[in-house]
Amino acid sequence: MLQVEVDDKTIARCRALAAEVADEVQGFIDGHTTVGVERTVARAYGVDGVDDTGTPLVNLLVDRVREAGLLGRGVAAVLADHMHRTGLDVSTAAEELAYGSAPLEAPSTPRPTLEEILRQATKSALDRLDAARDRREANKARLSMGATPWRYLIVATGNIHDDALQAGAAAAAGADVIAVIRATAQSLLDYVPHGATTEGYGGTYATQENFRILRAALDEAGETRGRYVMGCNYSSGLCMAEIAYLGALEGLDMLLNDSMYGILFRDINMRRTLVDQYFSRRILARSRVILNTGEDNYLTTADAIEAAHTVLTSQFINEGFARRAGVRDRELGLGHAYEIDPDVEDSFVLELAQALLVRRIFHEHPIKWMPPTKHKTGDIFQGHVHDAMFSLVGSMSHQSIQLLGMFSEAVHNPLMMDRYLSLKATNYVMRATQTLAQNLALAPNSALQKRADQVLEEALTLLQQVRDDTLWNAIAEGAFGDIKRTPEGGKGLHGVAPRHADYLNPLLDALEAP
Amino acid sequence: MSQAESKVLRAYGDRQGDGMVQMTFTLELAPSPLAKEAARRFAQAHGLDEVLVVAMEACGPEHSYFVVYGHSRHSVDVSRIEVPSVDVPDLSHKEIEQFVMQELGRKIVLVGACTGSDAHTVGIDAILNIKGYKGDKGLESYSCFQVFNLGAQVENDSLIARAHANSADAILVSQVITQRGCHKENGRALVEMLEARGERDRFVLLFGGPRIDHKLALELGFDAGFGPGTLPRHVAGVIAHTLVKRRKEQT
Repeated sequence: MLQVEVDDKTIARCRALAAEVADEVQGFIDGHTTVGVERTVARAYGVDGVDDTGTPLVNLLVDRVREAGLLGRGVAAVLADHMHRTGLDVSTAAEELAYGSAPLEAPSTPRPTLEEILRQATKSALDRLDAARDRREANKARLSMGATPWRYLIVATGNIHDDALQAGAAAAAGADVIAVIRATAQSLLDYVPHGATTEGYGGTYATQENFRILRAALDEAGETRGRYVMGCNYSSGLCMAEIAYLGALEGLDMLLNDSMYGILFRDINMRRTLVDQYFSRRILARSRVILNTGEDNYLTTADAIEAAHTVLTSQFINEGFARRAGVRDRELGLGHAYEIDPDVEDSFVLELAQALLVRRIFHEHPIKWMPPTKHKTGDIFQGHVHDAMFSLVGSMSHQSIQLLGMFSEAVHNPLMMDRYLSLKATNYVMRATQTLAQNLALAPNSALQKRADQVLEEALTLLQQVRDDTLWNAIAEGAFGDIKRTPEGGKGLHGVAPRHADYLNPLLDALEAP
Repeated sequence: MSQAESKVLRAYGDRQGDGMVQMTFTLELAPSPLAKEAARRFAQAHGLDEVLVVAMEACGPEHSYFVVYGHSRHSVDVSRIEVPSVDVPDLSHKEIEQFVMQELGRKIVLVGACTGSDAHTVGIDAILNIKGYKGDKGLESYSCFQVFNLGAQVENDSLIARAHANSADAILVSQVITQRGCHKENGRALVEMLEARGERDRFVLLFGGPRIDHKLALELGFDAGFGPGTLPRHVAGVIAHTLVKRRKEQT
């Protein structure tokens, strides 16, 4: 059996260090909330819809709460207090507060009363999430899932109806996961757009209605094909928790939800993202949605050989955060990528070493394996071969979620036929090498083993540094992706508030309950 | 290009003048003899003779993908083509630094950004970051440049504001996303804003990205454009020469 040897004690030390890193940040998370968290709570209580200008009601409501300096009390407390005083139901109370002009007052109702008022609404919110999860699980059991590696394909037309058509075609051709790439600037929107959308640059807006439309298309394709087809979307940015909640509600199976991607690649404030990722991951854990991480992106800005250990380090840290949010290892799709310069000698050997190392360390995890993008040139024929080598590593090292490489990467959004050809080539490689790894073993003192040892050793050293510096300072010093971000910098800091001693969030309490 | 005798070329397949090309495309038809004939005629309509439809496979519910070969009737007279090119000497890293210090005697200040909603910094980073691209160090590593890389999703007005705040000599704009021509719109908008402020000539304007070339950049009103495969050294040389030339013209 082809695998690299690793010292279990070294892995345990890496995990212990990552746990320390995550615990230090968790102290901050547990003392803070954000506008994104509170909007999610309001949505869960049924606050829905938009005003004449398209502003979601949850934004109007939570912005008023924030402007009144009450964000740290929690929107749940403000809502329940108003319900107690007026006798209104939750959505009418929300509308009164959102559209009202009278200044909001600090809740004065005793906490047990507020909790009692929301008891039924909290239960209903959880029931809705659980029902969506159970429906998905039942469909998966009935139709069954494809064997891993799952073939993951992207659609990104900008128009959800075209996406649904393309998704159906890809599913019919053998894709197991369909991801809808978001419109390029959505990560910076401090609200979730409403309704079905047909215009978007670089992708399609993530909205509740768009999630619903894609789910219906995938279900239809799944029934025809007799196999469950998973849906995937993306949540980095200013609305991590809302997107996680809306996705879970509309039957999403997989969500990109990295603890640091938004900070590094979208310049979202780090306090904001670290608080948001926690609440969003609590929802994903409850709903058993597979959480994908994005450290593969480090290799698009940093050198894939020199920075290999930063990916592994980030995987340990993402795992630390995910475990603190109750995410099970089997639902944690840590990411890595085939991004070494193909002109480098033995680049394939280096890629295989890393892939085997990640597989060996995270053996329960549905590892996400990303295709080459950085060194794609527009020579589509060479790109097709490049992708085949990537698929071969995926097959030999048993990666779980195989994103399909596109030969037209760096040229245009994939055409229907590009997806078809990529699936055809990937299926060929997988079929041809099904038992290859079982027939192979590493030679003694192999360069491949040495490379794996080196990357693990470097990750251990970096984890020690991050532990000593704290994650905040490590990010500020450019430890990941060669990108530096400061705790006060980036977008969205104004939406972070310390939790008041009387902070109320019955939804989080329920999600955190063992 | 000199006005020499005409040089007419056809596509070179196996022999000179055979005009052989391949084409791949998708038609909204399930595979069938009719679909194959449709593909052949579609290729003929593109000027291909003796069309061979060598592959026809279903790639969607009602879609077939085709690979065809044929002899293209078309030719091109390369003697009649003029391509604007950036006409500067090819200098090394060191030579560029010496050139700037000799001719200007000070550092050139650069601001660069990926503008509009485009969130992809890969292009601007490849040119500006010390790390560079394909072993060629980025502009931050040059002693003759002071570089402000503003990153992604920078709006044109804030880019101009930063150029002013830093007394920039040159503005570098990267555009990776090209859906529905948004890269051209963003680029043109920047030039128009500068023109409206009467400041177009105050900055050397450079435009880069995977779907950009020098010709497009000139059409949009930039001083130079850079496409895929551009090394930081090329950009450095163009900035240095364009700026020195302009400063000489202005004095």
